[in-house]
Amino acid sequence: MNAEKTLPSYLEQSDAVRERFERLKARPKILEVKGLDKVFETPKGQTVALKDIHFETHRREFLCVVGPSGCGKSTLIRILAGLDAQTGGDVLLEGKPVKGPGRDRGMVFQGYTLFPWLSVKRNVMFGLTVNGMGFQEAERQALQWLALIGLEKFAEAYPHQLSGGMKQRVAIARALANQPRILLMDEPFGALDAQTRAKMQAHLLEIWRKIDITIVFITHDLDEAIYLADRVLVLKAHPGEVQELIEVPVPHPRKMEQFISDEFLATKARLEELIYAYEEKEEGADEDEYDYPDMPRLVEVGDSVD
Amino acid sequence: MSRTNWFSVQTELSPKAKTVLGILSFVLPILVWSIVSYVPAVWHPLVQITDPGSVSYLQVDMRMPRGPFEDVVKEAEAEGQAPPQGFPANPVYLPAPHEVASALYTAFVTPPPSRDMPWLHESLWHSIQVIFWGFFLSSAIGVPLGVLCGAYAPISRLTEPFVEFFRYLPAPAFGALAVAILGIYDGPKIAIIFIGTFFQQVLIIANTTRKLDGALTEAALTLGAGNLQLLTRVVVPGVLPDLYRDLRILLGWAWTYLIVAELIGTTSGITWFITQQARYQHFENVYAAIIIIGIIGLGTDLVLGMLAKRFFPWDRNGK
Ligand SMILES: Nc1ncnc2c1ncn2[C@@H]1O[C@H](COP(=O)(O)OP(=O)(O)OP(=O)(O)O)[C@@H](O)[C@H]1O
Ligand SMILES: [Mg+2]
Repeated sequence: MNAEKTLPSYLEQSDAVRERFERLKARPKILEVKGLDKVFETPKGQTVALKDIHFETHRREFLCVVGPSGCGKSTLIRILAGLDAQTGGDVLLEGKPVKGPGRDRGMVFQGYTLFPWLSVKRNVMFGLTVNGMGFQEAERQALQWLALIGLEKFAEAYPHQLSGGMKQRVAIARALANQPRILLMDEPFGALDAQTRAKMQAHLLEIWRKIDITIVFITHDLDEAIYLADRVLVLKAHPGEVQELIEVPVPHPRKMEQFISDEFLATKARLEELIYAYEEKEEGADEDEYDYPDMPRLVEVGDSVD
Repeated sequence: MSRTNWFSVQTELSPKAKTVLGILSFVLPILVWSIVSYVPAVWHPLVQITDPGSVSYLQVDMRMPRGPFEDVVKEAEAEGQAPPQGFPANPVYLPAPHEVASALYTAFVTPPPSRDMPWLHESLWHSIQVIFWGFFLSSAIGVPLGVLCGAYAPISRLTEPFVEFFRYLPAPAFGALAVAILGIYDGPKIAIIFIGTFFQQVLIIANTTRKLDGALTEAALTLGAGNLQLLTRVVVPGVLPDLYRDLRILLGWAWTYLIVAELIGTTSGITWFITQQARYQHFENVYAAIIIIGIIGLGTDLVLGMLAKRFFPWDRNGK
């Protein structure tokens, strides 16, 4: 699978990238996660979903979280959002512990969660009006956010009239309208087709560049993680623990063409090593090697597709 | 044009096929009824006398079973006397479609047998009022309570086990009690419709409310909605189209309690009309009254269904 030519190490950073990371780390910390544990009590016993998670993000950082299925990514982000409570450890937002959900942390879910009974504009206004803003001011701001995501024309449409990609754009606008300190995204583009997904990624980077927002973004798509992230947090499963926090050496601004750059490929090779090596080890526990079962041939001998 | 596959599972019909089948669903039963009524070879177990002949105990328009009638005819012929005449007929309780159709009109224009008795339209209006108040009072309490049960687990646990028990108690069984408490006029009738509707209503509304997608409330929470706002701005609007559908079904059930309700205390409303007409064997009027109830029920539901499209333009399940 590895290319013929030897890739540079993913740890090697150009001067520009190194300086950028120095600036990033000099910015104040927005989110600190300290010794986070989450244990689910199930009838079959305890499931340790997260164990001793440590990490922090700085203002305007884009952090991606990757890991094998079931490693606790969703659990982590739900705790950050305040939708679930941790069983141990602390989550600090600008130094203050997180208790329950709040408007300082916006969230975009994988499924579509726009309110079907509200027009697109009213969906974006929802967070503003529940927090006490007057109707007219909320409407004015909502229209601005819709302009930012390029959906002003759909202000009066209902969610069921939008495509999947448009729905997620509105969901992003709805979360951002509250001007949260941090935007949490749980595989927001997972249900979209490849083309729409690529557009949404570029769009998200554009929004992130323009406004003061820190993003924690969950994905299982490694290309997506490298393309979007300043740093990638790699988790492992059973129990969910931090494997590595990788500084992505791909320079900014990000472009689609960088997908074949050396830095990109080196980072991807490292992520694959961490995730698949680990997955193989998991599976190898009960089976030495995965063989296809013996399948009987159901077509005539001469009838070949090769 | 591809051939329509009528029996593929969960496939939408074309609007034309829908209309045709919808009309057929009415035409077919009427057709069966017409055949039974108009084709003498089908059923017609009786003979309606047109001429008693020499038989003293027969009268014109009297109906008797065919077997005995034939015996009588044979007897008379054997004795060389005039045999009675008659034609095959159905029992009085099965009038022909045209008789019922004309009764649908004449029942409204025929004055009541005595001055102080109500006209048919007055009886109907009385029934509609009883239904309305029973259903309105039930919904005024049942809908909010159901929504609260669906939204808040403690309220649900405090309410639903008892409601679950109470809904098995047959509403008409409370008739005598209702008369003792509320008198003999409309009070107990409204109470029966209330009892018949309310307990089902709380449970159905609670279940509908519980089915609201939890992701919507979570999204609202992350947008900073408080507990009360969650109820008023997410739960209620989120389940409203489904609640409306539930109420339409429950209103249909309320009609089924009407007849028992109206028999309690002094018989009133459409039930009074039906029992009066049945007593005098005017079965065409009885059927007419039953059909009118059906028309009112179906008509109300169609209107409510059309209003639903207005009220809830976002609702994808709305039909
Ligand atoms: N409510 C719950 N009760 C019990 N166990 C749970 C619950 N939610 C999650 N888990 C367990 O916690 C672990 C992590 O789940 P989580 O959904 O966070 O994984 P994930 O990384 O988001 O997976 P995926 O990539 O498939 O979305 C899993 O083993 C899961 O079975
Ligand atoms: Mg997940």
